[in-house]
Formats: sequence, C-alpha cells, structure tokens
Amino acid sequence: MNQATVDIEAIVQAVVAELRKRGVAPAVATAPPVKAAPGELVIDLPDPTLPEFRRAIGVENPYDLDGLRNLCATTTARLGVGRAGPRPRTRSLLLFQFDHGITQEAIYGEVSESVKEKLNLFTVTTQVSNRDEYLLRPDLGRKLSAEARKMIAERCAKKPQVQVVVGDGLSAAAVNNNLPEIYPVIEQGLKSAGISMGTPFFIQNARVGVINDVNEVIGADVVVILLGERPGLGVADALSAYMGYRPGPGKTDAERDVVCMITYHGGTNPLEAGAYVVELIKQTLKYQASGVELKLKASGGE
Amino acid sequence: MLLRTRLLGQTYEFSDIKELLAKANEEKSGDRQAGIAAATVTERMAARFVLAEVPLEVLRHNPVVPYEMDDVTRVIQDAVNETVFNEIKGWTVGAFREWLLADTTTTDMICRVSNGLTAEMIAAVTKLMSNMDLMYGASKIRFTAHANNTIGLKGTLASRLQPNHPTDSVAGIRAAIYEGLSFGSGDSVIGINPMDDSVDSVMRLLDMTYEVIRKWQIPTQNCVLAHVTTQMEALRRGAPIGLVFQSLAGTQKANAAFGITVDMLDEAYALAQKYCVSAGPNYMYFETGQGTALSADAHYGADQLTLEARIYGLAKRYKPFQVNTVVGFIGPEYLYDVVQITRAGLEDHFMGKLTGVPMGCDACYTNHARATQNDIENLAVLLAAAGVDYFMGVPMGDDSMLSYQSTSYHDTAALRQLLGLRPLPEFEVWLESIGLMKNGILTDKAGDASFFLRR
Repeated sequence: MNQATVDIEAIVQAVVAELRKRGVAPAVATAPPVKAAPGELVIDLPDPTLPEFRRAIGVENPYDLDGLRNLCATTTARLGVGRAGPRPRTRSLLLFQFDHGITQEAIYGEVSESVKEKLNLFTVTTQVSNRDEYLLRPDLGRKLSAEARKMIAERCAKKPQVQVVVGDGLSAAAVNNNLPEIYPVIEQGLKSAGISMGTPFFIQNARVGVINDVNEVIGADVVVILLGERPGLGVADALSAYMGYRPGPGKTDAERDVVCMITYHGGTNPLEAGAYVVELIKQTLKYQASGVELKLKASGGE
Repeated sequence: MLLRTRLLGQTYEFSDIKELLAKANEEKSGDRQAGIAAATVTERMAARFVLAEVPLEVLRHNPVVPYEMDDVTRVIQDAVNETVFNEIKGWTVGAFREWLLADTTTTDMICRVSNGLTAEMIAAVTKLMSNMDLMYGASKIRFTAHANNTIGLKGTLASRLQPNHPTDSVAGIRAAIYEGLSFGSGDSVIGINPMDDSVDSVMRLLDMTYEVIRKWQIPTQNCVLAHVTTQMEALRRGAPIGLVFQSLAGTQKANAAFGITVDMLDEAYALAQKYCVSAGPNYMYFETGQGTALSADAHYGADQLTLEARIYGLAKRYKPFQVNTVVGFIGPEYLYDVVQITRAGLEDHFMGKLTGVPMGCDACYTNHARATQNDIENLAVLLAAAGVDYFMGVPMGDDSMLSYQSTSYHDTAALRQLLGLRPLPEFEVWLESIGLMKNGILTDKAGDASFFLRR
C-alpha cells in the first residue's frame, strides 16, 4: 500500500551503510532488532528527521509523481507535503514542530563547560543578567560587565596581532557543535603564518558589537568573535565569525567582515570556514582595514 | 497645555501630546527600549483617561514630528479633507471610539471621515481600543482596489503567494508557485523577496512569474520585492511588473535609512502608472511594521504604534492595491512575545483600514521571539474574523530564504473553509475553471504542484 515508505527504507539503509564505512554510523543503525512476542505492539521508528524522510512526497495520487519529485528537488522549501483536508498531514506537522523545538533549545541552551575547558576558555559576561534581558536589550549585550573587564585585563596577553573570542549569541548549539572543529584550524593557521594570538575567552550573552569593548582592554590589531546565529527552522546550529581591524567605540558592521552559516547542516563546514577566517585575517593585517574599506583597498580602489 | 488626572489620590501629569500617546500604549518592548513607555499600569491608565478627553483638533496640531522637518508629516497633513476635518475636530478621542463602534455608524460614514483624519488621531483611538474593539471596528471598514483582480471585498480572503528561494533559483521559485497555486494561494499577488537585488536577477524572476501567469491565464499580478529603485530600472527596461513594491517607515529620517524619499516614491508611482502590465488603477504594494523607526534611530521619542499609523498615511498617497504589516519579523526587542505580536497585528490592521487602504498581515515570528506556530494560527483566525484582506502563503509557513515563520498555503485554505470566506472573485472563477476548487472547497486535485506540469 505505501510505496513511498518502502523507497525510503531502501535509501536509509544505503545511507547508513555509507556512514558505517566512514565510521560514523548513527545510533539508530546499531540499535539491536527487537524480538516481538506475537501480537505485541512494537513501535521502533527510524529517525524521521533524516533527509530521506523529510523529503518524502506526501501528496496522495499526484498527477505526475516523478515530475513532483523533480519540482521538490529544486528547493529547500517544504514542498510536496500534501494535505489532510485543508491542513497539513501528520508527518509534516510533527516535523515542523520538532524543528521549532530545536531552535528553542539552541537559543535557551547553554554552551557546554567541557567544550570551553578543552580549549582553555575562561568565561566572562556582558552587562546582560539573564536570557530574557539578552533578547530585550541588544545594547547591553554589546557591553562588558565591570568584572569582565577586570578579569580580561588580569588574564589576557595585551596587544597581540589577533584576539579570538567566543560568544554564545543566539545559539549555544552553534558553539557546541562547531567550535571544537573550527578553533584548532584558526589557531594552527595563525601559528604557521607566524601571526601572534592573544589569550582566548568565552563571553556569555554576547552580541557582535562587544568586540569594541573587548579591544579597549586588549588592544589587538584584529579581533575575531565566533558567535551563534539566530536559529532558522531546520538549521539551529549555524556559527558566524565576525572580525574587525582595531575595533573600538563607535565601530559598526560596516567596518567588519563576516563568514556566516558555518555548520555541517547545509552551510560551510567548520574546517573550511576556519581556513577562510585565517585568510581574511591575513588580508585584514596586510591592508590594515576591514569591512567596506578592506574591500576597496583589496580591489585596488585606494 | 495641561494634561493631568488624579487616580486614587495621586496626580499624573504629561508634558505634551507625544508623551501622552507613548504612555497610553499597550506594553511593547520597543517602547520600553526607547525609554518612553509608561512606568506602571497606573500611569498607563492615567494616560488613557486623559487621552480619551483630548479633542481630535489638538492631535492634528501636534504631530509627533514637526511639519517643517518631516515629509511624512507633510504628506499626511496636506491630504486632510478640511471640510470633513471641520465637522469632527471637536470630537474627543473617547467619543470618536464610540462613534466608530456604534451600530448607527455605517461603512460609508467611516470611509468619509477617514479622509479628515491624521495618523496621530488614528493612533490615539487605537490606544483606547481593546483587542475585540480593534477587530469589530476594522470589520466595519472595507476599501477595495483593482489591479488584475479585486481585493478588499467583504467575504473574501486572499493570499500572497510567497515562493522565496535561498539563492533565487528560477526553477525552485517556480516549483513553490505551482504548489501555492494548487492550494488556491496567489490571488493577492505572486510576490518574491529576492536574495539578489540586481536588476538582471530581478528581471529574470519577473519574466518567469509573468510567463506562468500568462500560460495559465491567472487573474492575478506579479511582484518582486526588490528596492524600489531596482524595480524602477526594471520598468524602464520593459520588465513585466504587476505591482511595484516598497517597505515604508513612519518618518523622513527612517525612510532615508531605507534609501527612499517621498519624491522618489512619487516618481515610482508615476512610472508604475505608465508601465505596469496590470489593468490598474491600483499599482502599488507596501509593507510596514512597528519598530522600524526606532531601529533606525529615527523615532523622535514617539512610540512605535503612532509611527506605524503614519506609514499608512504615507501609503494612502499612492492608492495602493494592498498594504501589509510584517508584524513579528522585527524581533523580541520591539515585540517581545505572542501577546505583543498579537496586539500589534490587530492594531496595525485596524489602523490601515481606518486610514483607507486594503490591508493584509504577514502574521509571523522569528525563532528568538516567545511565540510558536500555534500563536500565529490564532492571530490569523482573529484577523480573518476582523476582515483582513490577505495573508502570506509560505510553504508550511517556513520561509526558506528569510528564516522566519509565517502563515502557510494550508492556512489560507483552512481559514476560508473555517469561516466561509472566498478567494478574490476573479481568482475563484479561475480556480473552478481549472478544477482546483468547487463551491469554495478545494477539490481532490488540489494541493499537488505537479498539477501545473500538464501545460
């Protein structure tokens, strides 16, 4: 009866086999088969968020099934979902609700202590006191607390060429999932280029503009902040790297460069992104400029 | 001017109309961020008691940004019908509210009085309205407009088909259009938010959408929501445009941050009348939303609702086919949660209608606001009951380009069947003629994008 389900299972098995070869088989694939007693109810679902399930056609008796598949393949929009009367089918409704739930966990979640410890990041905070205030008062997320300034002054090397900081931004998941990958690439890249790097740290409840405050204490040539982006539906762990040449009071986005959508879920993977961040830092140092001015100078406009 | 009341023995005094308007507002995080909100509920109520006694004439003479320094103020003041204004100038805001709601006040009476109002009067009466007042008041007001079909008729609910794609893929957008049309979405406009604002890219999307409209002889109009100057250039190069779009703000300075002026909009309107492919006589489409002026640091200490009312006054100058607020897009620092988003959606719809434009709503939210899809569905039902003219149609409500959630193709279909509303009449005839709808209900062929692969 359900041709679509059979197709999906075959695809999933092929994907899982491929993942096994690479040594990253998901847990679901290794779950032991359950022995059911006769008549016993067994609900043992494969992960409904796998792309093959996500992209399955929900339209019953479409005019042109192959044509519909081709249409759906042209976009990441949620097409071909079908309907239950004028409402969505059950599977697409639940997937949507799941995806929104993930965004909320990303926003209200916290960056893991073990991620910070592995990279020797100490923690300071902005002038924001809790998550609600963070959402309501962007201005306070751009300012370091008095204790933060003191701790940074005590613990950080001054006037390095490059200062890297990490902020939670709007997605803790972005930091947890991508920082362990991107950070070593940046660190190694700068080291092999002979560029000096300051003492890194983590800023809780941070907005991008906090780098102006950070550099008042540090005095680096370039400040980079790795920060979680506002979660989209389905991609809740995108990290961005914003950087500026000698940031300070009054500097805006126009004087910053950004590498965005750093994620394994439909963006630039963190390893490649790390290499790109190193390149941008080199350019910034070379032209002693960032943002619009860097673009002008690098294109020979000045 | 003395603006004062006593409440439970305590005196509350307000220094001017601007402060009174701000403090009478419902709680909004944007007003609090701006430092102009009432400090307590008591102070808010004191402001409302005083505001209810203010004559409309005083609001006319105290715009929140002076006439001399702001072209939005000038547009609104210069458009007032002085005969109508002289008849109503002595009404207090409280009496105006009761007149709007009275059973003896007809749609035609409100539409006439609308021409004697300024944005500050409309904002003031809105502040004295409860949510159901806003719904009931708005339901009495209808303004219709025509491009290739007729929007704004009682008993209709239209849907803007919003087939955005993260990289403007022509094939991807076409696929989303097919899916939307198959649900009966697309009668207000087929309107794309482009990723790439270049003239060539925008023209590609205009050509494709116009081709779909022609191939299927769809009584609707196309639009690519690029910056107005990009669309003007596309018009000059002969691109097929049904509606010309622009986002508007409530002060000259905030509009400057959008890269527009009244002179530029005048020129765009003249070009639209000269070159648009639709039949007209209405050619313009505007989007609005509370909080834009504050985000551009161009609010002059005025509250976000009053500044929003001014946008509708500016929009009216161009006899738009449609206007919608994008109510939850701006984020929690302006509208914090579902309570504030819902309130703002109802306020904006009412103010647009009272100003005199066909009014829709992008009932939406971002993931960092305290809201869910259930909340947006609730708002859509409230607005549909209030007679809103259209909603957005986004695949499953999840916009794959703008990273926010809005209403879906399913939602408009469901609202029509839930509340007995119909697509725009010309569009419904078309849906019936190709077999996607019968007697206002989707047929079993509907909801299938591949339906449109047969031509």
